[in-house]
Amino acid sequence: MMLSRAAENIFWLARNIERAEANARLLEMGRRMTMLPGSSGRDEWRSVLRASGTMGLVSRDEPVTEEVAVNTLLLDNQNHSSIRSSLVLARNNAKAVRTAMTQQMWETLNTGWRDFDGMTPAKASENLEHIIESVMVRSATFRGAAEGSMLRNDRYDFLRVGWFLERIDNTLRLLDVKYYILLPDSDVVGGGRDYHQWTSLLSAVSAMRAFYHAYESDYAPWRIADFLILNDDFPRSIRYCLRQVATHLNALGKRYGQKMPCQDTADGVLSRLSNLETGEIFQSGLHEFLTEMMSLNARVSREIAVDYNFTG
Amino acid sequence: MFNEMGTEQNVRSPYAVVSDWVKQTGIDLLQQRSAEAEALFRKIGITFAVYGEDADPERLIPFDMIPRVFSVDEWRIIDRGVKQRARALNAFLYDIYHRGEIIRAGIVPEHLVYQNSAYLPSMVGINPPGKVYSHIVGIDIVRTGEDGFSVLEDNCRTPSGVSYMLENREIMMRMFPGLFHRQEVEPVDSYPGDLKDTLSEVAPQKCENDPCIVLLTPGPLNSAYYEHSFLADLMGIELVEPGDLFVDDGLVWMRTTLGPQRVDVIYRRIDDDYLDPLSFRPDSMLGVPGIFDVYRSGGVTICSAPGAGIADDKAVYCFVPEMIQFYLGERPILNNVQTWRCALEDDLAYVLGHLDELVVKEVHGSGGYGMLIGPKSTKAEQQEYAKRIIADPEDFIAQPTLDLSTAPTVAPDGLGARHVDFRPFCLVGKNVRLAPGGLTRVALKEGSLVVNSSQGGGVKDTWVLAEK
Repeated sequence: MMLSRAAENIFWLARNIERAEANARLLEMGRRMTMLPGSSGRDEWRSVLRASGTMGLVSRDEPVTEEVAVNTLLLDNQNHSSIRSSLVLARNNAKAVRTAMTQQMWETLNTGWRDFDGMTPAKASENLEHIIESVMVRSATFRGAAEGSMLRNDRYDFLRVGWFLERIDNTLRLLDVKYYILLPDSDVVGGGRDYHQWTSLLSAVSAMRAFYHAYESDYAPWRIADFLILNDDFPRSIRYCLRQVATHLNALGKRYGQKMPCQDTADGVLSRLSNLETGEIFQSGLHEFLTEMMSLNARVSREIAVDYNFTG
Repeated sequence: MFNEMGTEQNVRSPYAVVSDWVKQTGIDLLQQRSAEAEALFRKIGITFAVYGEDADPERLIPFDMIPRVFSVDEWRIIDRGVKQRARALNAFLYDIYHRGEIIRAGIVPEHLVYQNSAYLPSMVGINPPGKVYSHIVGIDIVRTGEDGFSVLEDNCRTPSGVSYMLENREIMMRMFPGLFHRQEVEPVDSYPGDLKDTLSEVAPQKCENDPCIVLLTPGPLNSAYYEHSFLADLMGIELVEPGDLFVDDGLVWMRTTLGPQRVDVIYRRIDDDYLDPLSFRPDSMLGVPGIFDVYRSGGVTICSAPGAGIADDKAVYCFVPEMIQFYLGERPILNNVQTWRCALEDDLAYVLGHLDELVVKEVHGSGGYGMLIGPKSTKAEQQEYAKRIIADPEDFIAQPTLDLSTAPTVAPDGLGARHVDFRPFCLVGKNVRLAPGGLTRVALKEGSLVVNSSQGGGVKDTWVLAEK
């Protein structure tokens, strides 16, 4: 049992950290894609912003330059999911529930949270490599501190649920933006160039090596889709993350001796995914599938808030 | 001027090890390590925000690395004196909210209590568990000589600073482990457990099982929020905000993931005014509506009790030595600082005639604001202040400008002697407990007598040497 306000803040703390990390990876993907030949015609930074769900913040007509993308994803205070905003929000969540966190977790959040003060997009672009890395390291350190120091109680469950729900969101959005390069037909479109697009997609979820190990380097698009959606072992695949969400929601239910609607919803989505093959997804439409999953994911999140008396 | 460490040639014995250590380490290295200490503090997140200042809301209180040391014998005096005072203050609170014997006996003037804005008539007749009103009493002690400990003021509401007692020691032990091998120092880490025991001991009448204790904070914007979360964490209790609590069926509940949970003891770190909008401040949106009625009916214990602040009023302060004699039949172990109450005609005349040598304070002021330090003020400032005193003499007291003791301190230009004071935190439940240590505050500006953290004060670790 814990304060509802604390549960809510822990849940969002995990989401905000994970979001910062996802945006760092998207920036990395953008950099890689714009280094490929012919990238200028594809407006890669636009798809990066779409994948982060922040396209609405920039004008539709202008080309999205690296400067605009870096500003929006990294620095923009108006963008509540920019890396800077996410880290500030995460720290505020943490401050509000300091007692629910271990000293190690707090210290990782409290170090360098002002790194971006006074930073300009130009300066950030210059050091982008380093910044991306430091955000990833920060997120990994936080995760490590949580894993290594937290009691396996309800706080831990709420943290993990937040983490994996956010991952599902990020992977879904990323797939949705680039789904056309995964469509079976695109096999014939562009040979080498698409090959690099696929690898960029994998790099955006830090999964190039993992994919290689799981599928022995055959970059067929359906395999990439299979990997990101249905793989049981990859920690950012939809199925894996959903299993974690369901596991921790059920653990909470058991802990509290009650069955909540959010558990049913998560179990339902999971069992659907368990019986699904990549071929079926493509048959009924990848985009449609992704859209449906996004709305189900949002529903789980809403139900958690209701079931556990969140106020926000 | 009394230097805690003594003189170059004649180091006082409690400081023997510290003095050697400072010499061996050298001032350069100490200055360098100060920066490390600050980084450590910031990483842990120990910050202190000052109300009404636009400056950095996450400002650090500067930490000075040279500890302030008490010998076994010195501590024995402080320990007994502080506990005695805490008991007397609680006896006084019980008395004035019941029969008012001390007023009937003509010892404390009636209007000083009943006309005081800190006196809460709605507390009359309520019997808090154990007759305890102020469960955490912070006593500010200054020293003017070898045997000259005296009490500058009492804090009976929600004294803050105890987290520094614990964290300063933590930082010292992290940074200078060897130092603690050379000198045995009484540990202070029993405090959180003692505080929790104290709060358990005052569980309300209606509490049936192990009491559910919470710490009530105004939230992350409060200047002492760090301390609130730190203490809740060390006690393993929930840190709640007013919005987490509600009253139903004559009891107090908190909102949890498992539905409403009953709350028995509230260690509150918010002011009386913001406790209950129904009882205290109808214009306030803060607080927990109805909580005072639950308190009155024995459904919850609020620590400290509403209305406990009357005991640390600066005018009431003058009578604490008499309280000790009246309620405990003992002689005061710690003396007051001589105090003139401007409400008295003779005192007023004396104060107005000696503004250049006295410290004048507002009776209800705190935090070192709104006071006049005679020797450091200009003639014009004194004249200005005199007008304020004459307009409302009851609002002011005056004390001699004390020659506060100094302690060795790391300063930008080398080792300096800076004025210090000391605040131990006495716990009052069924038992009276005092951790061997407290908060030593140091005025970092050379010559300054103001140790308040809101005005450039810093903190030191406080050592009570272990009994051999």
